[in-house]
Amino acid sequence: MSHDHSHDHDHSELSEIELRVRALETLLTDKGYIDPPALDELIETYETKIGPKNGARVVAKAWSDPDYLDRLRRDATAAIAEFGFTGRQGEHMVIAENTEDTHNMVVCTLCSCYPWTVLGLPPVWYKSAPYRSRAVRDPRGVLAEFGVTLPEDKEIRVWDSTAEVRYLVIPERPTGTEDWPEEKLAELVTRDSMIGTGLALNPATLEVSS
Amino acid sequence: MNGAQDLGGQMGFGPIELEENEPNFHAKWEERAFAITLAMGATGSWNIDTSRHARETLPPPIYLSSSYYKIWTLGLEKLCLDKDLITKEELASGTAQDPAKPVKQILKADNVAAVLAKGGPADRPENAPARFKTGDRIRTKRMHPEGHTRLPRYARDTIGTIDAVHGVHVFPDANAHGRGEQPTWLYSVAFKGTDIWGPDSDPKLTLRIDLWEPYLDPA
Repeated sequence: MSHDHSHDHDHSELSEIELRVRALETLLTDKGYIDPPALDELIETYETKIGPKNGARVVAKAWSDPDYLDRLRRDATAAIAEFGFTGRQGEHMVIAENTEDTHNMVVCTLCSCYPWTVLGLPPVWYKSAPYRSRAVRDPRGVLAEFGVTLPEDKEIRVWDSTAEVRYLVIPERPTGTEDWPEEKLAELVTRDSMIGTGLALNPATLEVSS
Repeated sequence: MNGAQDLGGQMGFGPIELEENEPNFHAKWEERAFAITLAMGATGSWNIDTSRHARETLPPPIYLSSSYYKIWTLGLEKLCLDKDLITKEELASGTAQDPAKPVKQILKADNVAAVLAKGGPADRPENAPARFKTGDRIRTKRMHPEGHTRLPRYARDTIGTIDAVHGVHVFPDANAHGRGEQPTWLYSVAFKGTDIWGPDSDPKLTLRIDLWEPYLDPA
């Protein structure tokens, strides 16, 4: 997209950062470093194709298929690639399984590392200073703000993702879902439950709403 | 470096602000900042460690008071200037004056899916035996390097246990500064909350941090 930004009305309507991004985009486009249709394609991809529904399918299969869970444990990158979820910010995947004794939670204290291939782009809170500073020191306090209270004797295992390894939390499978098909199970898997700031939905809430 | 990015354990940032049905982008400029950053990354003019370092070296007051995509934008401006892809005059005017520098690749729309699917794997062939194995006790180094590092301050000079061996990966501390990839072993290291935070820690807290071999000594 080409911009005409020498007019005063731009300055009266656009914020400093809007002008700054617009100027940079115009300059990089004029220099030929970037191709505007590719920018639109990048945005479209993360708006419509890559998001937490990918991860929910992985979790639902892990819950239903012991062989698949075994493949995830041995090589999560390859097992997740079976769905076609590969590449940027998912090059090296590892799963962290919640159990009766252990709850897993993921943070990147140094920036915003996040498994894009299975969860899409991270929410603002994940990238924010309050979450990044507190998740490693006071995870129970953080969980309380998300409305999650865990038994005091449950281990909380926090993963600080400093490298290119990306973690996908496999939440505990809710009871009462033993005969559910994968597609229906996936509806119980929220984005937050795969970061560890939430739990899988209660099946009763789903049955009421569907 | 001990920049504003190293947030683990810092206090005083207040509660987490949650948003119902949060969109990926809150404004058009965020979409554009996201896309130009990825597209410029695809030109191959720098690596992920260089770009992280560019953001980390923003002055702390600016880093801490800027939204996420603003940090990306300021980092991208810095990278483009550092690599002489643009000049300060061009950035100030928003108009191209000098001819473009050759870059390795220009990302085209047809190619976006393939480039994203390929990603940028950081694992490399084994080049030396691993110094540690699962179960070994280690102590993280006491260090405060001025350059890039992925050993968070809160986890320095602390005893932990090797929990998993991830293989040989690009070493960010070197790669961020044009000193090559210097691949080295990467480990998942387990720490007790009390070993990091002391007696005030939640007794049932443990942490796992991905750490490279040069950060670790036998304990």
